[in-house]
Amino acid sequence: MTPGLAGFVVADAEPHWNDALDSVMAALAETFAIAPERASAPRGARRRTWLDTFDWRLYRAGLLLEYVTASRAGQLVLTSVGASAAGNPEPVVQPVTGWRAAQPCLSDHLPDGPVTDRIAGVIAPRALLPLVTVASTTSVTSLLNEDGKTVARLLIERPVITAGHIGTHGSTARISLPPRLSVTEVRGYPGPARRAARIMALAPQIEPGAPGGSPEKALLDEALAVIGTRAANYSNKVDAKITTDMAAARAVATILLTLLGAVEVNVNGVLRDTDTEFLHDLRVAVRRTRAAIKLLGEALGLADDVLDQFAADFKWLGDVTTPVRDLDVHLLDFADMTAELKAAKPTDLDPFRDFLVQRRAREFRALARALRSPRFGQLTADWRATLTTIADGKPRRAGQPGKGAAKRATPDRPAPLASAQTAGALATDRTGVAFRKVARRGGAITRDSPAESLHDLRKRAKELRYALEFFAPLHDKQAYGAVLGDLKRLQDCLGEFQDTEVQIEEIRALAEAMLGAQAVSRGAIARTVLAMGEVTAALATRQVAARDAFENRFAGFAGSDGQRRMAVLLHRTGGAA
Amino acid sequence: MKIYATYNIKGGVGKTTTAVNLAYLAAADGLRTVLWDLDPQGAASFMFRVKPRVKGGGRALIRGQRSLDDAIKGTDFERLDLIPADFTYRNMDLLLDKGPEAKQSRKLSKLLAPLAVEYDAVFLDCPPSISLVSENVLHAADTIIVPLIPTTLSVRTLEQLTDFVAGFSGHRPDVLAFFSMVDRRKKLHREITEELSAKRPDVAATIVPSVALIERMSVERSPVSVFAPGSAAAKSYRALWAEVRERLE
Repeated sequence: MTPGLAGFVVADAEPHWNDALDSVMAALAETFAIAPERASAPRGARRRTWLDTFDWRLYRAGLLLEYVTASRAGQLVLTSVGASAAGNPEPVVQPVTGWRAAQPCLSDHLPDGPVTDRIAGVIAPRALLPLVTVASTTSVTSLLNEDGKTVARLLIERPVITAGHIGTHGSTARISLPPRLSVTEVRGYPGPARRAARIMALAPQIEPGAPGGSPEKALLDEALAVIGTRAANYSNKVDAKITTDMAAARAVATILLTLLGAVEVNVNGVLRDTDTEFLHDLRVAVRRTRAAIKLLGEALGLADDVLDQFAADFKWLGDVTTPVRDLDVHLLDFADMTAELKAAKPTDLDPFRDFLVQRRAREFRALARALRSPRFGQLTADWRATLTTIADGKPRRAGQPGKGAAKRATPDRPAPLASAQTAGALATDRTGVAFRKVARRGGAITRDSPAESLHDLRKRAKELRYALEFFAPLHDKQAYGAVLGDLKRLQDCLGEFQDTEVQIEEIRALAEAMLGAQAVSRGAIARTVLAMGEVTAALATRQVAARDAFENRFAGFAGSDGQRRMAVLLHRTGGAA
Repeated sequence: MKIYATYNIKGGVGKTTTAVNLAYLAAADGLRTVLWDLDPQGAASFMFRVKPRVKGGGRALIRGQRSLDDAIKGTDFERLDLIPADFTYRNMDLLLDKGPEAKQSRKLSKLLAPLAVEYDAVFLDCPPSISLVSENVLHAADTIIVPLIPTTLSVRTLEQLTDFVAGFSGHRPDVLAFFSMVDRRKKLHREITEELSAKRPDVAATIVPSVALIERMSVERSPVSVFAPGSAAAKSYRALWAEVRERLE
């Protein structure tokens, strides 16, 4: 039997579903003899749970992953939904045993098989999370010709949501979705299936199920909507809903509210330790918040002491998340680290890994305490209340004037804000300032400059990147893309230069801590420390390479071409404002 | 892909009922199966309610103007397809009798080879004869399933066939005979089946009885296992299929 030729869905309220199905049957009976399916494999009941990462990596890659159980056997089924002229390729199927459909599964823990081969690279290092579970029963009706031969089949699937693992609807609801109908062709009999599809298309209250798309995707989207969510509703991009003409204060509050949302939405995943990227994304949102307060906070019109307190609290939040993330980075890099060893054996590093894992467990407890503390709860609640008032355009509390206004403008420092400034004007102003800072400080770096000057430049480049991203919706797409590409390359180089240095320092400190802890025998510790020495040597080589690449990367970004690209970007955004 | 052929020089011994039932059981076992009804009478096609007609006829298939793939029809049963009979198959000998002699008896083999991508099992239902068609079938098959009526003469037929196949150079099919249309009330039937089943390793232990139910297949137009799954006939075919599979494993 070939796959579904045509898919339809009952488009009516639940009490009328059976009437609609009856009318389809009656219409088909005028052309075909109709019989319930004769001896054949039971199609009966199956239960499918859609899976994806928290940031929808599979969905965004045009892939749908289901864990399907039918007559006790379980399998992972991966479908491509990317539209192609040749139609969608066959699903990839991987039988699995002992899969726990309601639990997250880390990419490292996926059982070997063709689906894992296809998705591991897409999802790593994130975990697969259950999205929604739909149970369905399918009945098959044969459409017969004058010889009583089956020449097409009508499949009626009745899906019921049995668990929403995400969304707002709660996890225990059972909600019926409209029945799905599909006609399948019997090999060698293309005509009857086409005829049946034409008849069904004319039946009342029956509509095409997924015009131009995949029926699986249509069902998932519908199930998600019913449980109060939608696909791809989270990414770690800023994506604030701002416009050029918006008042600057409202725009900045909107950006900061978006960032606060990103902090809050990741907290549960961090506390459950589902995967490392919840913490990563939370930290990025905190860093962006701190940068936004520094670059744009003045526009909020808050009293200096109020803004300073929030800035201090977000610094605290950033700091409490650092130890776990640093250890995560070592653990995530561990496989690469051991692969690079030349003299030492990979197993020599095992005690180091054990030490990292133990240490992480300890640091994680401290992190969890902080995220459950009244200070964190108060911070997010107060920050949200403050920002919401501004974003809603309500009058602000009286306070001291912003500190920016008290200082004289310099090329590195923004001009005082005009009270009626728009988001567009603020964007060009602050992005321009941030760019000039990077250009000036980077331009002063020579071969002999100390490492600190590159570290400082990295911070300024990050601020510029954030400034660009905050106002991304206001910029011309093409000009924005041109600037961002070169900036990313510069940041990668600066990041590599500093991260390798930090990692070398950390590994030294960890080696000392391991020796102090005396957790392993002297012979073993010697081998481990020697292997760690090799790791630091490899990191040092990478750091030198990054230093060598710096001049070119910087020239690519801030040279005359780069200056021109930035001028074009700011001109277009400023012109629009 | 394994190729099974039901063959006997004589007609009316149960070739088609065997091919239809075993192909159904193979598909039910999970094998992707296709049955080619090579008999111009089209009895197997009739049992599956498929019209005995192939576009372009046997000529187009043998000459490669139309691929076998184009002629395949889905049956009512999952994983089981059919290449229908066509009245022009009566001239298949003439169509095969072209080109160098050494290749004439291996044309069907060549035609079937591409099906390996899609199928695990092919059943060939042969017309009763000794001809270039049957020679082609014998060369193509991995197992030749020979229904025998329990008579003294039928044993001679089996020996002739075994000798003929033994003379093949290269690939030689396995020959498995079984007694078909056995009437246990007849003393001769009992004697012959018991003696030969015990003596000859190429005769299956399973016997298929002569029962009205098997004749009823042409009225029901479906395999016995579908319309009378609990019957003795259905059980016999299941046992026979188990023996056939076991021999190849």
